[in-house]
Amino acid sequence: MKILVLLKQTPDTETKIKISGDGSKIESGDVKYIINPYDEFAIEEALKIKEKAGAGEVVICSFGNDSIKELIVKGLAMGADRGLLINNEGLENADSLTIAKVLAAAAKSENAELIFCGKQAIDDDNMHVGIMVAELMNWPHVNVLSSFALNGKTARVEREVEGGQVEVYDVELPAVFGANKSLNTPRYASLPGIMKAKKKPFDLKKPGDIGVDAGALKSGIKSVITGYRNPPEKPAGKVFKDEDVSVMVEKVVKLLREEAKII
Amino acid sequence: MKVLVFIEQRDGKIKSSAFEALTIGAKLAGSAADCAAVIVGSGVESLAAQAKGFGCDTVHVVDGSDFKNYNPANYCAAVEAAIKGHGAKVVVGTASPMGRDIFPRLAARFDGAIATDLVEISMNGNNVQGIKPMYAGKCLANVALQNAPVQFVTIRPNVFKAENTGAGAANVSKLTVSAVSGSRIKTIEVRKGKSEKADLTEAHVIISGGRALGNAENFKILHACSDVIGATVGASRAAVDSGYASHDMQVGQTGKTVNPSLYIACGISGSIQHMAGMRTSKVIVAVNTDPEAPIFKVATYGIVGDLFKVVPELTEKFKKLLS
Repeated sequence: MKILVLLKQTPDTETKIKISGDGSKIESGDVKYIINPYDEFAIEEALKIKEKAGAGEVVICSFGNDSIKELIVKGLAMGADRGLLINNEGLENADSLTIAKVLAAAAKSENAELIFCGKQAIDDDNMHVGIMVAELMNWPHVNVLSSFALNGKTARVEREVEGGQVEVYDVELPAVFGANKSLNTPRYASLPGIMKAKKKPFDLKKPGDIGVDAGALKSGIKSVITGYRNPPEKPAGKVFKDEDVSVMVEKVVKLLREEAKII
Repeated sequence: MKVLVFIEQRDGKIKSSAFEALTIGAKLAGSAADCAAVIVGSGVESLAAQAKGFGCDTVHVVDGSDFKNYNPANYCAAVEAAIKGHGAKVVVGTASPMGRDIFPRLAARFDGAIATDLVEISMNGNNVQGIKPMYAGKCLANVALQNAPVQFVTIRPNVFKAENTGAGAANVSKLTVSAVSGSRIKTIEVRKGKSEKADLTEAHVIISGGRALGNAENFKILHACSDVIGATVGASRAAVDSGYASHDMQVGQTGKTVNPSLYIACGISGSIQHMAGMRTSKVIVAVNTDPEAPIFKVATYGIVGDLFKVVPELTEKFKKLLS
């Protein structure tokens, strides 16, 4: 079975987000980029499925600039078989649906039989692309996946929703699944894995190579970010110290009731 | 502007955030006649009356055993039918697990525009514009939609106020929709959660613990306090990674972004990734032994002290106050 894993690069979670002076963009200078954390669970699940089947191919696919190549290679070092990077030149400001159209075209050109991705990217927090790819392929999807068990062509899967509730589905493949943290524990790349990764096949393609008209996509962008700003600063709070615990607690509880009017 | 609002229900109960969505939908529509809603489920027709006064004249009801539990394919088909039936140009919902699942799928189906998790929203001519938090709230982005046959938007729960203005008859209009034939996704069951408490993303009060709790057992002092003030218990990534709390309790950039009225952080130093997920809480109380802990920079009220002494004291004082 050919499994496609969709990968996005995101700033490290410890990154401070700096906005340019005119508010038009996020400064990328000091940002350390990582594989979107949820995508690592997607890679791990794809590798487990392939190992269990004893056959198949795991292809890691991304849409973006050349800097993503080294992150895809990290996925290859974990054990994936091949990298596929679709260059986004001219489409850097693509919205989620435009990106989904490119990735769906990639999945079709690859004849993918199963797609995994992270449940969301931690930069835009959108939770759009995987679900949209499923719709564009006319495949089912389950997002926020916490459990996956394949039996023949049908997967019994679980999805985590609010209040600790779990929705259980039977999904006939092909389908798209968005991984949550509770799905598995991603492996570390082994040293031999890292050595081998550099020699694994890696395809660099342009949208035209997979039958996508980049110009038409660009003029079809429907969601635009027109500016950024910092969240409002919190006014300095009242911090109590060096007093008896019961006195400090008394003061805070009183403030919660009389000033904040919240208890 | 023709607007459709998705009223989310689970187990025959309408989500409180659905009334926030109705309020926003009515404002965007400009009149109750142009604003309609859709409710999907089994035995849900009687729920429509609750929308009365929230600004929509029509509530489309898709009712049937196939819709008892959430199923992405069937629910999307139901909302799709309501969009077409009403001729909606804007569809409004909430950024709940269900809303986050349905809206992107329908945006792709209609080749529409989408903006989700908005904390501000308005019309610019016929186009929706709004503000959405990114990087778990480390920054805010202005989003503008354009050139779309249908625009899909979700609002963040607990941000907008639900207002019953008295306008809107909420007349029931039954829509006949069948389950998707040949669908390759079947809902087997929905397992109930262990907790009766509100989910972190919807909670009005949260009390969270960090690595300073020391072990899973010690979270019981937070649970004791949460029982008194009706709070949901959360945790920092450090506590989750140390195995003291489960992942669904994690607040922060790789956990949940929360927006309660009151957030009590106990033994949490305040990493960038944690604070990103909770900084929009209206009131923040921090308890930490380290006076230099970054969490005090965002705290409305802080207590420098040992959480094992402070939290039980808080619980007692809350108990006295609320009895």
